[in-house]
Parts: sequence; structure tokens; C-alpha cells
Amino acid sequence: MELSGGEIIIQALKDEGVEYLFGYPGGAVLHIYDAVFRQNDVKHILVRHEQGATHMADGYSRATGKPGVVLVTSGPGATNAVTGIATAHLDSIPLVVITGQVTSKYIGTDAFQEVDAIGCTRPCVKHNFMVQSVEDIAPVLRKAFYVATTGRPGPVVVDIPKDFTAPNVKIPYAYPKEVSMRSYNPVAGGHSGQVRKALDLLLAARRPVIYTGGGVLMGEASAELRDLAGTLGYPLTSTLMGLGAYPSSGEHFIGMLGMHGTYEANMAMHQADVVLAVGARFDDRVTGETDQFCPSAKIIHIDIDPASISKTITAHVPIVGDVKKVLTSMNELIASDERRVDAGELKAWWDQVNEWRGVNSLGYDSSDDVIKPQYVIQKLWEVTGGDAYVTSDVGQHQMWAAQYYGFDEPRRWINSGGLGTMGFGLPSALGVKLAHPDADVACITGEASVQMCLQELSTASQYNLPVKVINLNNRYLGMVRQWQEFQYNGRYSNSYVDALPDFVKLAESYGHVGMKIEKPADVEGALREALAAKNRLVFMDFITDETENVYPMIEAGKGHHQMRLHPNYGAAV
Amino acid sequence: MNREGRHIISVLLENESGALSRVAGLFSMRGYNIESLTVAPTNDPTLSRTTLVTRGDDRTIEQITKQLNKLVDVVRLTDLTEASHVEREMMLIKVRATGVDREEVKRLTDIFRSKIIDVTDSSYIIELTGDSEKLDAFMASVGDDNILEVVRSGVTGIARGDKGLKV
Repeated sequence: MELSGGEIIIQALKDEGVEYLFGYPGGAVLHIYDAVFRQNDVKHILVRHEQGATHMADGYSRATGKPGVVLVTSGPGATNAVTGIATAHLDSIPLVVITGQVTSKYIGTDAFQEVDAIGCTRPCVKHNFMVQSVEDIAPVLRKAFYVATTGRPGPVVVDIPKDFTAPNVKIPYAYPKEVSMRSYNPVAGGHSGQVRKALDLLLAARRPVIYTGGGVLMGEASAELRDLAGTLGYPLTSTLMGLGAYPSSGEHFIGMLGMHGTYEANMAMHQADVVLAVGARFDDRVTGETDQFCPSAKIIHIDIDPASISKTITAHVPIVGDVKKVLTSMNELIASDERRVDAGELKAWWDQVNEWRGVNSLGYDSSDDVIKPQYVIQKLWEVTGGDAYVTSDVGQHQMWAAQYYGFDEPRRWINSGGLGTMGFGLPSALGVKLAHPDADVACITGEASVQMCLQELSTASQYNLPVKVINLNNRYLGMVRQWQEFQYNGRYSNSYVDALPDFVKLAESYGHVGMKIEKPADVEGALREALAAKNRLVFMDFITDETENVYPMIEAGKGHHQMRLHPNYGAAV
Repeated sequence: MNREGRHIISVLLENESGALSRVAGLFSMRGYNIESLTVAPTNDPTLSRTTLVTRGDDRTIEQITKQLNKLVDVVRLTDLTEASHVEREMMLIKVRATGVDREEVKRLTDIFRSKIIDVTDSSYIIELTGDSEKLDAFMASVGDDNILEVVRSGVTGIARGDKGLKV
């Protein structure tokens, strides 16, 4: 089979089993788009902005575990994609982003729409490749998918000069079956001696906590984690990125930890004597002040990325390996080990944890007059049976979604935890809906975040992607306003969002359904109505309490045991 | 926190465009100190050998080596300062050589076992190889007023013994 460079790219995507290609055409990728036009296997989704393409591919990937694939043109096409690439990088999401480049002989001449895409993306990719010839395309794409999806996953950029995709140069096509890279050998199973050391610690613990992160989801190790937690019976907390790996309704779950985690999760971490960290990276939003983090705990850290271990917090027992494999061997070893933690001691620990839980740190004042944002999320959970795919943007609504929508299954909670990218929610929801057309997909957002990628409402119309947008409209950049209230004496510098659009009319102008909900009594009915409209995108503009804050909170410089609680809850502590 | 030490990290790198900028970019991006960096192809033309001199406490050096290893273009690396090794740096130095100084510079060149490789009526170019301290000492002996120009290669090094850093 003889193919041109442009045809090779599309054929390679077919050979990788790619369903959707998210992209936007431009001069440097026109040959590739001609190859897109002449086939139907890889479906192209035309976005309205390249950032939207990367977030859609990202949402698709998070909801399926498959790599997301993006095609953009050179120059502004590539730079617009950078935010989405960085978003995927910080959350270890596998993307393959193909960027067009100017014709090879013009590289370095400041040609029209030329930018050094390799240089621009270098700090925010797992790896990037500059294609050097037509012959290079197939092997480089094979490597790109391999690097993106193995080890600790991440985005890979492939920059392809226009002339290598021209229709007049055809070469024999063969997609490499195997990839071998002497400089890239992702680790597999953990060191068995280290796993045994970890068990010695775990089975002798008096105040153990299991702390899990996004790595459990990325490593498809949810079942193994549930087995381990079931056998050990220890309290289990999760990072923002790991929610759903262990069910929120599960008996050992003590809530999310960190800056807006529950009181019981953070206190348990503070008092723990052994912490088992699984696929989590001790991010600053999790640890609070590192000097005060887990002062009396021995830390066991399982991670596929050696560089994540002892980066911010020293691990006493590091285990480098694939989380699924390490947990499997742990489960096997425990099954044949007669040692168990003393039941009485474990019960005493649980009694302590339950006492902290009694503080009800997620309590909030309900109201009949003004819609509380937490209430909307609790109702969404009820109406969807806790079974929706939920994406979010960034800020207060993101934290409330994490706190009040109890995720019981992996890959249901999709948010930009690492980079904190406002604008992520809507396009990622569209990617999720493409992956799971029959599932309920809700985007929990705010009036500020949603406007950062609002143009994708148009993409949703074109491809009929009926997601439900839950806009928690408090007329403020809520999290900024909250910090200004707490730390800047209420000087609300530029956090009020003036001149908002009429979101109902705006949604309607794109051919969607718009709803404005202003009373608490109307929340549930509106949600039921929106979810019943299976084939329509419904933009629900909830006018919420502008003074509401996210509690509890670890403020800057504080430790897990110094949480700021809601003024009306936890006063007894 | 333990003491900041000087470390020489040798890296075998794919000899591909952009590979060196990944290494240099890593240091600036993560705020690691870099004192010198040398790079050249090896006997295997597909590989480059890079030598980096950096400073940091043990924890920082551990992160540096882990982050370097994580770069897809890095094939293998070693921290030479962890074991017995040899390090050398080369300097070309152009010095004023007039009047009584002309003889004095010649004597210094002999004492430091270096070579005069270019001569004019008023200057010498001297080639000097050794560890970094030796080069510093030579410059101090010549004195700033007599130095016209200095170029140093940066440190390269190799571990002692029969084992080699290779693929």
C-alpha cells in the first residue's frame, strides 16, 4: 500500500483504533484534512477553538482510559492547544497532539504561522517529536502512542512539517507492530522485598490510613484497591483526582483529604502512624504545610513514577511500580499472611475517626430563600442516582462537586486538578458524551469558568451532544472572592463578574435549551426536567448564594489539624 | 537538610535534535543549579555524552537524577561523585606577555605543566588541563591584569575502574 504523508497519518490513527479526532484545520494541515475527508473510520470533531479540542480529547480519555487525539495547525493552532496540553500533563492524561508545521525549508525563517511548537510545548509534555521525513511519520506516531499510554501516562506532541504530508509523495506504508526504545523502559511490578516491608508496617499499624490518588484510576486498579481496603478494614481517604476509585459510599471511606477535604480525613492523616499512599503524589493542595504533614507516620508510597517518590514528602518504604501489579501482589501476600491488626486497636482508631466525623465538617446552612450551591449538587446526585459522569471547571463549584457528589465508580469524576484550568468543564463534558452517548453527563461549572470555553456550545450543537450544564451562578469568581474575604479583609479586587450575559438566551441562540432557576424549591424539578430531555443540551443557570464559602479549609501555612471549619459547624472542636 | 555538595552527573543522551534543550530546560524549569554543561558525540554516533556540574543537598540531587532519567531522550546516567573518578577541564587563556612578565608567564606555564600554543610579540595563548581548582589557581597566579581572554571547556569526567557508562 503506497500512501502520502497525510494519508499515513490517518491510516496510523485507524491502526491505533482511534475513534475520534478533535481538531481545527489551517494551512499547515490541509493535506492531512484532505485525507480526513476521504475516509469515515476516524470521525473528526470540529471544535471552535484549539483549547476546546485538547480538553475534549482529554475528557474522552479520562472517561475511557484510551488516548485522546488532537489535530491542529501550526502557529496559533499549536499555541492555543498549549493550555490543554499542560492540563493533561499535570493530571497524567494520555494525549497524542499532532501539530502542523510550516514547510521544512521555511522552518526558522519566521514564516507565516510559524512557531517553535516543540520548544513551546517542551515543558508541558511527556515527550515531543519533530518529524524529519515522510518515512518518519508512521514510526514516530507509533512511538507517540506508546509513550503517551505507558508508564506514567501523559501528552505527546508530534510536529509535522507540511511538505511531508503532501499528496504527490507516496511511500509504502507499514505500521510498526512493536516499539522498542532503549531510552524508555517503563517499570512494571514493584520490588517484592519492598512490598514485604510495606506489609510489615501495615500489619503492625495502630492508626493506619490508606491515601489514594489518580494513579489508581490511571492504572485501572480500582478492584485491587477495593480488595485491599476490604481485607484491611482501614480508613481510606482520596485526593481530588482519585475520587471514585474506592466508592464514596463504601464503609471505609472517610472523604477527600487536603485543602477542602473533610475534617476526619485530615485529622486521621495528622494522627496516623502508618500511611499507605497509592498512586498519589503529595501535592501541596493535599499536604498543606509540609513541615507539619503526618508528623508521626511512616509513609509507604506506591507510584509508577520514581520522580514522584520523596519529591515533597520523604517515603520510608518507596515502591516503584504499576499500581495494579503492586496491589495484586500485596493482596496475595496478605491472603497468605496470618498477621492482622489487633481488632480492638483498629476499633479504637475507628472510634476516634468517627468522633471527628461527628463534627459534620461538610454541614451547611440550608435556605428556603436563596439557592445553596451544595444543595444543587446533592440534588443532582439524587436525580442521577449518583451514576452520572460529572465534569467541572475550577473554583468553588469544583470543590463542592467533589465534596457533595459521591462518586462510587472510577472515571466518573473529570476535572482539572493539577493545572486548575478554568474552561475545562464544558469541552471535556462533550468528549465524555462522545465516549458514553447513553450516559448522563453533567458539567458543573460557574458563570466565570464556563465563559472561558463557551464557544464549544456551538460544537455541541453541530454534533448533537446533549450534556447538562449546571451553572452555579454567584456573580463572583467565587474562590477568589473567598480568599479575598479571608485574607484581604474583604477587598474584592476584580472578583465580581459584571455584565453577565443572559445565559438562557445565549443557550437558545446555539439551539440549546436554557433554564434559569432562582428558588430552592425549583431546583429538583428543574434538574428532573433537564435530565428527562435526553436529546437536548440544557444550560441550567442556577442563581446561587453569592456569600457561600467552601468549608472546611486548610489555609496557607497550616497543617491538617488546623482546619478552618464552617462557623456554624464544628464549633465544639 | 544536609549539606549542599558538588556533583558531576554524566548522561548518555540520544544524539537527536532537541535532546540537549530538554536537559537544559529541565534545570531552568525546576530551578536546579547548573555550573557547567558539556556535550559531544561518543564513539557511538547515535549517542551524546553530557557532563553536568551541579550543586545541591542529597534530596535535590536525587530529584535531579530522577527527573533526568525520566526524560525520554536520556538513555543512562551516573553521578560520578558517588565513587572514585577522574575529572578534567581544559582552558585556553590568552595572557599579556611583555617585558619581565614574558619570562614569568613562561615559568608559570612550566610549573603548571601547561603549553604555550600561540605566540605574538606581546601575548601567549596557553593551553591548560586539570581539575577546575588547578585552572582557578593558574588564573590567580597570572593575575587579572595580565589576562586578555579566557575560555574554559567545562568539566568532563569518567569513573575509575573497568566498568563504563555505555549502552
